[in-house]
Amino acid sequence: MKKFVLFIPLVIFLGMGAFLYKGLFLNPKVLDSALEGKPVPAFQLERLEVPSEVLTEKDLPAKVSMLNFWATWCPACKYEHPYLLMLSKRNLLPIYGINYRDERALAIKELTTLGDPYTANLFDKDGRLGLDLGVYGAPETFIVDHNGIIRYRYAGPIDQTVWTQTLYPMIQQLQAEAKVDGAS
Amino acid sequence: MKFVFKIMMVCTSLLFTLTVMATPVDTYEFKSAENQQRALSLAHQLRCPQCQNQNLVDSNSPVAQDLRLEVYQMVDSGKSEAEIIDFMTSRYGDFVLYNPKLDSKTYILWLGPFGLLILGLFIGFIFVRKQRIQATESTTLSTEQQAELDAILNPNKTTK
Repeated sequence: MKKFVLFIPLVIFLGMGAFLYKGLFLNPKVLDSALEGKPVPAFQLERLEVPSEVLTEKDLPAKVSMLNFWATWCPACKYEHPYLLMLSKRNLLPIYGINYRDERALAIKELTTLGDPYTANLFDKDGRLGLDLGVYGAPETFIVDHNGIIRYRYAGPIDQTVWTQTLYPMIQQLQAEAKVDGAS
Repeated sequence: MKFVFKIMMVCTSLLFTLTVMATPVDTYEFKSAENQQRALSLAHQLRCPQCQNQNLVDSNSPVAQDLRLEVYQMVDSGKSEAEIIDFMTSRYGDFVLYNPKLDSKTYILWLGPFGLLILGLFIGFIFVRKQRIQATESTTLSTEQQAELDAILNPNKTTK
């Protein structure tokens, strides 16, 4: 008993040590999204190419889809653009572009010159939807399931590694879930 | 001595430069000075999601600017502090709070130090009590011990 008591400080020290050691390897830049598990917030945004056409969260299809925040002022978006084009050719899921705090004319020009990977493009001029989704930069990508619930958020450009290791497995899993629920 | 003085000068000048940091200025008109004070103190308590070591008032990033204005408008429209903080955390997570909330995830953070303090006091108390008990224990010797002591103290008196 007496011996055991003497070891208590050591145990506490080791416990705290392990805890703090783990903390050394956490990336403070990676924030967990507060919105995972919540429905897509209400929005009313014009389509980028067709200002007269207003889309809301109800216009999102009842299947697994991706929301991708992008802008012409964002270099990382240019970096991920070719990969998104490739994904859209594979036709795996609808990809909605949200043009974030951008100039309409510039954005349209960029899509016509570089190609348009998006199923539809929303024009979020003042970043309101971005703010409601907790976006703090671009590009950011949200994976939404067939019930319109946000299931995953990825901040940063999508490339081969991120896609094969993180996003695609998750999308496949959600599509399987959707199949079970009877939605396509 | 001169060298020490120089170092002190450098340090004080550094101190002054730290206090003259520019903060972005917003041209937002508050409805009242009281609102302004409340909004600014709130914005000071919220962390910018982009520049993570700055608060909303200090940060220059567009996101911080938006959130700042959002906070100002919410204060002006008479929303309570809890409502505004909820607005922020529901979008950006608990991360934006400089003062973490008290919930199951942060109990150890808030209560851990007190726990350690109590443990320390407890250990100290036990230790002191032990010493007291040892000090007050009777110091009379049994007859064998007395004999042994005598043998040690007066080795020439031993019967041979």
